[in-house]
Amino acid sequence: MTDQQVRHTVEQGPCRARGAPPEAPEPGRGEAGPQTLTGGSASGRAAGARAAPADPEAARRRAERRAARICAGVAELEQRLADLVREGLAGQEQAGAAFWEEAAARMVDAQAPGLAARVRELGAIPGCGPGWPARMLEEGALLHLLNRGWLGLAGLPQPLAATVRSRVGLPDTGAEGEAVRDRWLVLAQYDSVSPDGRLTTRRTWLRGTGSGRPALVLDFGPPGRPPRLALPVGRVVEAEARFRPGTAGLRADLVEGHGAGAPCGQAPEGVGTGAALDAYGAALREDPWLESWPVVLGPVVPVPGDRGWQLADAEGGGALPVASGGGRPPAGLWQLAALSGGAPVTVFGECGHRGFTPLTAWEQGCPEPVALTG
Amino acid sequence: MTAAAGEERHGEGCGDRGDWGELVGAALLGTGRRRGSPRELLDAAAVHTLRRRAGLRPAEAAPRPRPAPADPRPEPPEPARRRLAQLLAGRAGAGAGSGRRGAAPDLAELLPQWLAAAGRHGYRAPAALLPALLDAARARSDLRPQALALAGPRGMWLAGLNPDWRFALRAGAGGGLPDPEDAAAVRQLWQEGLFAERAGLLGAVRARDPAAAVRLLASTWAAERAEDRLMFLDSLRVGLSAGDEPFLEAALDDRSRNVRATAAELLSALPQSALAGRMARRALACVGPDGVAPPAGCDAGMLRDGVAERPPAGRGERSWWLGQLVEAAPLSCWRDRFGGLDAAAVVALPMPGGEGWAEELHAAWCRAAVRQRDPEWAAALLGSPAAPTATAPGTASLAERARLLSVLPEGERAGWVARFVGAHGLSEAFQLLGACTVPWAGPLGRAVVDALDAAREAGGYPWSFSGVMGLAERCLDPAEADRLEALTAAAQPAADPGGTAGAGAYWAEAFQRLTATLRLRAAMLAELAPEPAV
Repeated sequence: MTDQQVRHTVEQGPCRARGAPPEAPEPGRGEAGPQTLTGGSASGRAAGARAAPADPEAARRRAERRAARICAGVAELEQRLADLVREGLAGQEQAGAAFWEEAAARMVDAQAPGLAARVRELGAIPGCGPGWPARMLEEGALLHLLNRGWLGLAGLPQPLAATVRSRVGLPDTGAEGEAVRDRWLVLAQYDSVSPDGRLTTRRTWLRGTGSGRPALVLDFGPPGRPPRLALPVGRVVEAEARFRPGTAGLRADLVEGHGAGAPCGQAPEGVGTGAALDAYGAALREDPWLESWPVVLGPVVPVPGDRGWQLADAEGGGALPVASGGGRPPAGLWQLAALSGGAPVTVFGECGHRGFTPLTAWEQGCPEPVALTG
Repeated sequence: MTAAAGEERHGEGCGDRGDWGELVGAALLGTGRRRGSPRELLDAAAVHTLRRRAGLRPAEAAPRPRPAPADPRPEPPEPARRRLAQLLAGRAGAGAGSGRRGAAPDLAELLPQWLAAAGRHGYRAPAALLPALLDAARARSDLRPQALALAGPRGMWLAGLNPDWRFALRAGAGGGLPDPEDAAAVRQLWQEGLFAERAGLLGAVRARDPAAAVRLLASTWAAERAEDRLMFLDSLRVGLSAGDEPFLEAALDDRSRNVRATAAELLSALPQSALAGRMARRALACVGPDGVAPPAGCDAGMLRDGVAERPPAGRGERSWWLGQLVEAAPLSCWRDRFGGLDAAAVVALPMPGGEGWAEELHAAWCRAAVRQRDPEWAAALLGSPAAPTATAPGTASLAERARLLSVLPEGERAGWVARFVGAHGLSEAFQLLGACTVPWAGPLGRAVVDALDAAREAGGYPWSFSGVMGLAERCLDPAEADRLEALTAAAQPAADPGGTAGAGAYWAEAFQRLTATLRLRAAMLAELAPEPAV
């Protein structure tokens, strides 16, 4: 997103009911998922979400009602953000998270789960150690930007409007995305469990071996049932991927019937640290709320350090800090160091403003990927 | 847009850079105090945040770690790598379960076998599993030597980066030792190293060239502390030969009594040595066809040859001295003394001259047979495995028998224990089984399985034999799995529908676990076989 586009979003006028997406399907379906990395809409069952509504007129009325509720919620949230900056962030250290918990509950009532999740995260920032005011301003400002985007939805270009809808937490509009047929290399697959333990989200990162295009496939499972989609890292599957509108074109669904695939036989080509950050920066233009971008980095040398790890370019002096939770380095980082032995490796991971999160690594001269644990 | 804001380096703290710093400051204090607009502030902050995120540049690289030394050994084949990952992951789970064990194999018990087998094949640990392997070795010191050998130089390199794995650097003597052929480096480390390094070095040199180790030791002998002299001398047990005699003979005049005693013990293990000859003359004077007449005193010569003058509390002086003389005398000297009788005949002779002496004599012969590694005498002293344990000729002590067994050739050893188990069951067999080579030879394995089955039929409970069961899981030949499976069926409580089926079910479960473990071991070892060259 260019500066101009950001301002464009920021400067949109107030909410009009007809500005809401006219074809938004019924609420409450397929949106129980947590705010995801790249897409707020957590609908994992594309087929279900895309089914044509039985009664278009009733569906339209429901969508309008929902849009109106979200508009009310957004207006309330804007007020809270304005109060926050008027009174000063300094008061937040004592205020506690209860204020934001309540605000998040209001957003759930307003049927905007994407906003609810952001609000909850905002409330947790003052407890996150030094530098929290800057982080809180960043996140508060991006939430404000999302609110403004929603209120000015009608004036936004189509892909950005889809991104805003998805970030707010509306399910897929049902609009047909781009279909790409390719041989998809599975770069990583990992699960995360929602804070209440009720939903497992499985992220599968793919890259088209022909198109070079990245894709993120999400699958969900209730407690006790792991998500169904199981693609082993390092395999290549021939399949058609349907990309959803918005969210920087990452979210995709694989059309069924792709089989287990074949081993890839070689490590993917990597880029340097500068190009990795450039890719993330370019993607922000499409989706300003993007936390990170999938990147195959390499050749890089993992550099352990007491105050955080780095992945350093094999040639040159550039490095990316490894994103850390602030605690001890997780087991996966030691695996990465062991694979490297001080020599360059190729690493796939998520590259964002918090740093690089390594997920998969290839030892020098070895085509077999190693999925880094935890 | 300022250049500073657009080109922030990744990982730098933010707070005091121009516009952004001002924005954060204003937000911290609140626009209410400065009469600014909250919305304008949020708008500006949004623009700023995105601009900074989109314009991030790489951070400056910290000094890279020194690369790990190369390890030329191959990685194990893919199925074996997967197996190791499973064994390492199962470690925590297997140890956590308390109480009665189910029918699932105990992975924790299989890990040492995997490591040993991989070591025999000359593999190195797969790099991705090094962290889990080091964690396992940290938790279980019994795994350390094999785990660290497998981890190799890459493992040592990794351990140097993580304080949790410091133990590996302490234990990993293999990492820092010079090549035993490199005379200058060996001499330097021998003269300047820490005790542990020097002990490791002496062991390595001894393994390569026993005589060179003695020369190395002699070069600094006079200057060593008494306790170090004792430890170094003790390491000469490995590779002991007649060539060591001059050095050991000189050590008989050492200042330290413990050093003298150790030197004497080592010399007595060399039947051709001058000390062995002197002890033989003394022992032959005391023991013969006419009976046993222990020495009347302990003279200066005996003292020099390592005889301890004062007996432990509760033992007579004369039997104490007798035992030491016989123990240090070469066993070969008795044949002539007893008119050409062999060891079994000599052991069977009634010894006139007091019952106490005969017992002392047999015990000393047992110690001599172990020290001199004499299989003929060991077999004679062990006697028949079927004989009642209380009246065995040499000794009734199971520990002593296990030591005698270790002198027998492998096959003979397994045969003896098999017959012992056949005659006496399993209740006293644990120590003796521990002395046998793994995997157990066919007759021994069958004897153990039969004895377990007999215990089941006799109405015992499997946990009364948990020690033997655990040994069997590790030591039985995997080929026994088929026979065990038949026993599992026999143990099923189906034939016993009454409420008393408990023991049968437990036995069925125990046999199942044993079978599953054996099959797993067979699969595990097969996976480690090198892939055929293409």
